[in-house]
Amino acid sequence: MSLEMFTQHLFNALALGALYGLIAIGYTMVYGILRLINFAHGDIFMLGAYLVFFTTIAFMPAWVAALLLGLTLLAFYSTFVGFGKKPPMWFWIPMAFSICMTGFYAFVAPMDFTPPWVLAAAFAIVVTSAIGITVDRVAYRPLRNAPRISALISAIGVSFFIESAAVVVFSGLPRPVRQPDILVQPIIFSLESITGNAESLVRVTPLAIIVPIISVVLILGLLWVIYRTKPGLAMRAISKDIETTRLMGVSVNKVIALTFGLGSALAAAAGIMWSLRYPQIFPYMGMMPGLKAFIAAVFGGIGSVQGAMIGGLMLGFMEIFIVAFFPELSGYRDAFAFILLIIILLWKPTGLMGEKLKEKI
Amino acid sequence: MLKIENLHVYYGGIHAVKGVSLSIPKGHIVTLIGANGAGKSSTVRTVAGLERGKGSILYKDKNILGRPTEEIVRNGIALSPEGRRILPHLSVEENLRLGAYIRNDKAGIAEDLEWVFSLFPRLKERAWQAGGTLSGGEQQMLAVGRAMMSRPELLMLDEPSLGLAPLLVKEIFSIITKIRSLGTTILLIEQNAFAALSIANYAYILETGSVVLEGSGQELLHNPQVKAAYLG
Ligand SMILES: Nc1ncnc2c1ncn2[C@@H]1O[C@H](COP(=O)(O)OP(=O)(O)O)[C@@H](O)[C@H]1O
Ligand SMILES: [Mg+2]
Repeated sequence: MSLEMFTQHLFNALALGALYGLIAIGYTMVYGILRLINFAHGDIFMLGAYLVFFTTIAFMPAWVAALLLGLTLLAFYSTFVGFGKKPPMWFWIPMAFSICMTGFYAFVAPMDFTPPWVLAAAFAIVVTSAIGITVDRVAYRPLRNAPRISALISAIGVSFFIESAAVVVFSGLPRPVRQPDILVQPIIFSLESITGNAESLVRVTPLAIIVPIISVVLILGLLWVIYRTKPGLAMRAISKDIETTRLMGVSVNKVIALTFGLGSALAAAAGIMWSLRYPQIFPYMGMMPGLKAFIAAVFGGIGSVQGAMIGGLMLGFMEIFIVAFFPELSGYRDAFAFILLIIILLWKPTGLMGEKLKEKI
Repeated sequence: MLKIENLHVYYGGIHAVKGVSLSIPKGHIVTLIGANGAGKSSTVRTVAGLERGKGSILYKDKNILGRPTEEIVRNGIALSPEGRRILPHLSVEENLRLGAYIRNDKAGIAEDLEWVFSLFPRLKERAWQAGGTLSGGEQQMLAVGRAMMSRPELLMLDEPSLGLAPLLVKEIFSIITKIRSLGTTILLIEQNAFAALSIANYAYILETGSVVLEGSGQELLHNPQVKAAYLG
């Protein structure tokens, strides 16, 4: 393989691997804390992509956006603060504003919500994160003391529910995503200094460069939360011993909600970047990447954030480079992940970075 | 400060605590003594909100039975649980900071951290070591220090001397009296009846879920029944 081709594949592998890693982190964090495989995680990823699609390409009515923002605030407030005391100004002023705007845009001045790209992405991430928190609240929290299998079945139910609801609301048809020109206009750089050949050119889209960079920034941010903040300390404590953490005065349910919120935000970011790189979205688009990211999480050692990232990168590299070296295997691309899963389960069930899983006493 | 009245705790069909009543005055060490399975842990775990119970638990004249643990801890009750329950993957300092989770006064937390380190110099040397690598005695000290980090008004210690060498037991008990002298009220659960009775202002003896005997520490220390059953 020529150096140019290799470099190009390298960029692709890095971008794909980073996306798997971002999704895998959500699986691994929830598993680390609740020993629950959150099957709905891939669908959260899909919702992130759809929300951006509906604000930038097929415009969303402004009243829907105002309503979603109001509900998001409600979800965050009721989860992290609660209505035990009278809500403060910073809650009810935006809340009243959102209600007024919903009514105004719906009945007085219908119009579309047309934010610039970056705002649309932020909007999608925040709303998706609230959806993740709501899923935990509605489907998992009531089952916290039930046998683990109940929550697992609930997770499968949530996944089906989100997918089916998406088919109803968005329709099942795949929709093309228009990629912003500046993200896909290839950058061409020369490898002449290495190969001595003036024709050694590598074409890379800015997207392939930006995706790993954004992923790394997001993951560094997450690691900062986990290792440098108080809720992060509580997360690490809960993953080993919920009861003792509770004895320290930690509101365990809030910390778990935060975990779902952060994991869902990362999944939404991944969904947005995914829909730009593979520009087509459909209600079931989360299934395959979700499954593969889950395998990446198992491979890296489920429960470990660093492991999820490494697992994601490994899987991305494997998919891209096996097909690059053996093009005749390209039809089996989706099978590699599962072969990897079988190998890891046979050889080292705890994964690369995983600790020995102890049944909790 | 704390008044438990007619407390019952059930685990499915097991009636573990059968109408226990105790009273813990402010500034005292009250000890709860009994053999394995007598219902001591169940009692304090219910005070801390970890188990459901029937009856009433009055803390500063308010019934806290059935309140969530985090609220009870925020109101000034800390429990150092049976078996220490150190978080093995967190460092010693992180374990202590977790103990101060409900507080937001940075300066005060730093001060108390130094205070715990001065009580237990061995913890200071190991501040960055993972909790799981400490010896049993060090873990027990960490568990006591961690419970103190929330600045509790009532400190409950569930068998702090369990499995410790006699010298360490002495050290732990001298620290418990020191904590009382600083104004913290203590509910001490022990199987080591002699040591506990020696420092306690008042003591209750629990057998299969019921209080069978109570009295001041000195009184019970010289009670022939107690001598026969617990001080053998
Ligand atoms: N989680 C539990 N489930 C069922 N039974 C329990 C549980 N915890 C304690 N018990 C039972 O309750 C009784 C009292 O236990 P415990 O309060 O731990 O006693 P102690 O601390 O005095 O040794 C024992 O018979 C014990 O077997
Ligand atoms: Mg006990």
